Amino acid sequence: MTEGRNPQSPQQRERATTIFEKGAPGRRAFRAPDLDVPAVDGLIPAASRRAASPRLPEASEPEIVRHYVNLSKRNFDLDSGFYPLGSCTMKHNPRLHERVAALPGHARLHPLQDPRRAQGALELMFELQGALAEVAGLPHVSLQPSAGSHGELAGLLLTRAYHADRGEQRTKVLTPDSAHGTNPATVTMAGYEVVKVALDAAGGVDLDDLRAKTDENVACLMLTNPSTLGIFDPNIEQMASIVHETGATLYYDGANLNAIMGYSRPGDMGFDIVHFNLHKTFTQPHGGGGPGAGPIAVSDRIEPFLPRPQVVRRAPSNGGPPVYDLDEDRGGRESKSIGKLRGFQGNYGVFVRTYAYIRSLGAEGLKDVSEVAVLNANYVLARLREKVGDQLPLAFGERCMHEFVLSGAPMKKQLGIRTLDLAKRLLDHGVHPPTVYFPLVVEEALLVEPTETETRETLDQFVDAVAAIVAEAAQDPEIARNAPYTTPVRRLDEAGAAKRPRVRQAL
Amino acid sequence: MAEAGYPDELLYHAEHDWARVDDGVATFGITWFAQDALGEVVFFDPPEVGSSVTAGEFYAEVESVKAVSDVIAPLSGEIVEVNTALADTPEAINDDPYGDGWMVKVKLSDPDETTALLDRDTYVAGL
Amino acid sequence: MAGYTSVTPEDLAHMLDVIGVGSVEELFDGIPAGVRLRRPIDLPPGQPEQAVYAELRRLAARNVSTEDEITFLGAGMYDHYVPSIIDMLMSRSEFLTPYTPYQPEVSQGGLQVMFEYQTAISELTGLPVSNASVYEGPSAVGAAAYMAKLASKRPRLLVSRGVHPHSRATLETLAVGYGTTVEEIALEDGVTELDALRAALSDEVGAVVIQQPNFLGTIEDVTALSAAAHEHGALVICAADPLTLGVLEAPGNQGVDVCVGEGQSLGNRLDFGGPSFGFFAATEKHLRAMPGRIAGETTDADGRRGFVLTLQTREQHIRREKATSNICTSQALNALGGVVYLSWLGRQGIVELGELMLQRTHYARETLAALDGVTKLHDRPVVREFALRLAVSDREAVGRVLERCAAAGVNAGYALGRSYDEHPDGLLVAITEQRSRADIDRLAEVLGAAVAAERATVGAGATA
Repeated sequence: MTEGRNPQSPQQRERATTIFEKGAPGRRAFRAPDLDVPAVDGLIPAASRRAASPRLPEASEPEIVRHYVNLSKRNFDLDSGFYPLGSCTMKHNPRLHERVAALPGHARLHPLQDPRRAQGALELMFELQGALAEVAGLPHVSLQPSAGSHGELAGLLLTRAYHADRGEQRTKVLTPDSAHGTNPATVTMAGYEVVKVALDAAGGVDLDDLRAKTDENVACLMLTNPSTLGIFDPNIEQMASIVHETGATLYYDGANLNAIMGYSRPGDMGFDIVHFNLHKTFTQPHGGGGPGAGPIAVSDRIEPFLPRPQVVRRAPSNGGPPVYDLDEDRGGRESKSIGKLRGFQGNYGVFVRTYAYIRSLGAEGLKDVSEVAVLNANYVLARLREKVGDQLPLAFGERCMHEFVLSGAPMKKQLGIRTLDLAKRLLDHGVHPPTVYFPLVVEEALLVEPTETETRETLDQFVDAVAAIVAEAAQDPEIARNAPYTTPVRRLDEAGAAKRPRVRQAL
Repeated sequence: MAEAGYPDELLYHAEHDWARVDDGVATFGITWFAQDALGEVVFFDPPEVGSSVTAGEFYAEVESVKAVSDVIAPLSGEIVEVNTALADTPEAINDDPYGDGWMVKVKLSDPDETTALLDRDTYVAGL
Repeated sequence: MAGYTSVTPEDLAHMLDVIGVGSVEELFDGIPAGVRLRRPIDLPPGQPEQAVYAELRRLAARNVSTEDEITFLGAGMYDHYVPSIIDMLMSRSEFLTPYTPYQPEVSQGGLQVMFEYQTAISELTGLPVSNASVYEGPSAVGAAAYMAKLASKRPRLLVSRGVHPHSRATLETLAVGYGTTVEEIALEDGVTELDALRAALSDEVGAVVIQQPNFLGTIEDVTALSAAAHEHGALVICAADPLTLGVLEAPGNQGVDVCVGEGQSLGNRLDFGGPSFGFFAATEKHLRAMPGRIAGETTDADGRRGFVLTLQTREQHIRREKATSNICTSQALNALGGVVYLSWLGRQGIVELGELMLQRTHYARETLAALDGVTKLHDRPVVREFALRLAVSDREAVGRVLERCAAAGVNAGYALGRSYDEHPDGLLVAITEQRSRADIDRLAEVLGAAVAAERATVGAGATA
């Protein structure tokens, strides 16, 4: 195939060079403030003095700007095109959020500022705790965890503390086969053993298997609902009662919360601990892989163990306005808190954006989010089933929540192209591919999550692109097998990168 | 990548491992089928010389770009040598699974265990 | 429909028709009746953009930021100048709005940024392999300890009392999960007590955690501490302040195995504590045990240079319960800020900035210690931060002194008694390039007066 290769685009012709290969000795951007105090020698013991300065770039500001702006153009991004990356909720990022987060009163507030001079920040966090508690249907919130996986770790450490407080040493945590990889990885970090629960024919948790595996050594069941298959588990109430009967906790991975706001709440389903992915449901920009935030909401029985500090509100005895404070809890025998999971109070900049989002949307708007997310997903699903249902069938069921999983196994058999090839060919259509090869329980999986912020026209274009690639592959599968052609680079040798890792620029 | 093949002179374990026994010492590796299922091998994590292995249990890990697989010992014994060349050329596991792609040599603790292994035709029939 | 959706009534009718249902509600039929929310979410109604902006401005105005006072508050996060190009680059759609580079062909920008970032962190720390970032400082310390535990299987962890209190607290929290004991090594004269470390070490110790400069701003003898740990086969984990590494020896050259730290001072905003990033670098042999994303160099089908996420078999999405860490989303955008900052600062700049902080720290320390009722906590060499002792009665008295300073528009620093019971009278003062000699002189004036006033009050109280 030569399509797109000759002539090459300017980006394709350009050899990638790092900032370390640019610049020239002596060139610089930074100008240090003048030394305005008397210079004194010998302030650092000779053995601790740096012998050779770090070989950082030597480049001018214009050179740096051009380098990174050109680099940015080698990225596909959500502002430029459709990004239906399943399980990641790539919804529009309102720019209001960036504007308010950059206000100096938020952006330049020191985390150890006296709480009396950080009342605005603490009020915001307190109000956000309340809003998240309401969305979760659980009364207590800690904003501290830095991401979903960090929230999971908090949840299992809370579970451990809860059981220990009751004099119990439980050893196992249950996760379904369809779980995010972070779930089992977290289980190990928290010192538990993973026990996998099978799925039933409909893609839900197999209740018989769950019953068989739930005993008094089980500390917790970790669950995503709707699952990574885009299915709301109809047996959730039975599952909760099976797990609770043995005294174990029920943990809700909030990755898929975007599907159910205003319709159902994890607390009402019987969960004890929930984490939110603020970068998913509450639209923190994904930043190329973070930052995010993973606050948790918990039930009354888990509350005493929450991390510190907590934001609290105190009503003064004189009837004045409420005062917000950080409850540091310096430990001590009476404290049951698991302590700290990180420094300071959490990713406040993310909280500001989330707060702005919740204020903008309100109760109605949040429900609307979930309705349109589910509507869009089902629309794309219905259209794909009509056009390419034979090659890319839905893995389970008839409809979906906010995302759905197709299997590329028939496509591979009939047309000789894999899900990976379809994904790579989509890049030539200007679309970021859906998640591929996850969940692991579906062969050649394609996990599609359109989100609520896409227009019907964009959804139609995506369906047409998938259908075009399938039709093209029926004529000539080589085209997809060698795709992409139009991107800054073509398929990369990942095996070569892993065999002989080069993880830094040779200087 | 090597042509599909299963040498007659080897003993096979149903988890897609082979053993070549010579005077109480066995050489272990993975079969053509196993390397093909795994895809391009990028890393082999060997056990330590002197450690013991048990038939039917894993003794090493082999990695492709997107998967990690446990390698199962067809027989029990003590590791007397590991193929250190695989550190630089893990692709030998794909290119020559029965030759340069060998993984470890094991001094067998119970040579009678070989009776539980499969001959070529029985192994191939099970694929 | 409100917010950021775009479904018109015509769209809705068409889409429902294609799906084959009569209403949107029908799509939620799979949710059992028993777990349905039967009322609206109890939150206020949505607001137009200008109203939300006004609300967030109102809240911002209730905070005293580093623009509103002369601040010497540090203790882990510092008021450095963030150059304008960082705002510009971090807010570009192409960096701000994609996710983790799962499709490398359309993510070369982000992947190359990671590769450059890793190079810069390796240079700073003197350690050959770096990942692409972890959450932030204290959890990076926790991640390093987890790596040490997996590598060594040893049950004890030693941590210097000079390590940030939040890092120590995080270690305590996480160690419950991964099953290690955490024991503290005391400070003497402002530095980790080498003899106490030697006495505590045994072959049961998996790692020793130190900080450079330590929480009191004191320069530790990292080489000696590392050597002691290595005698027992323990790994050395050093949390470092990256902006001092232009003048302080690279930890990797002093025997440190894993160097981690808080990246906020590298071009990231204070943001009341986050998001920032944590860095994580180690010796070559730990490459396959590292947590988090790592970018690697390779070539494409036509032979072009390119970058990919590499060694992914370490990670949770592949190795699951055997993963080196559970981390997924980390801090890519903040790490971009970090590498742009280091490029802007440059090879000469990082030394000049370090030297400036060193000299001003010395000047401030001598100037303040000359005040009546103010002494140095110890005489050891310090950089960027130092501890004083105020001749006042207790922790509450230090609080009153700080309050008087705040009233004069100066944030004098961190009351050490907040985390060190043995220093109820301690004050930790931080210096950045933004604090000029005039600022320091102003602090001296205000602090001197505040200490004098506190002592006068107590004196008056005693005689009354």
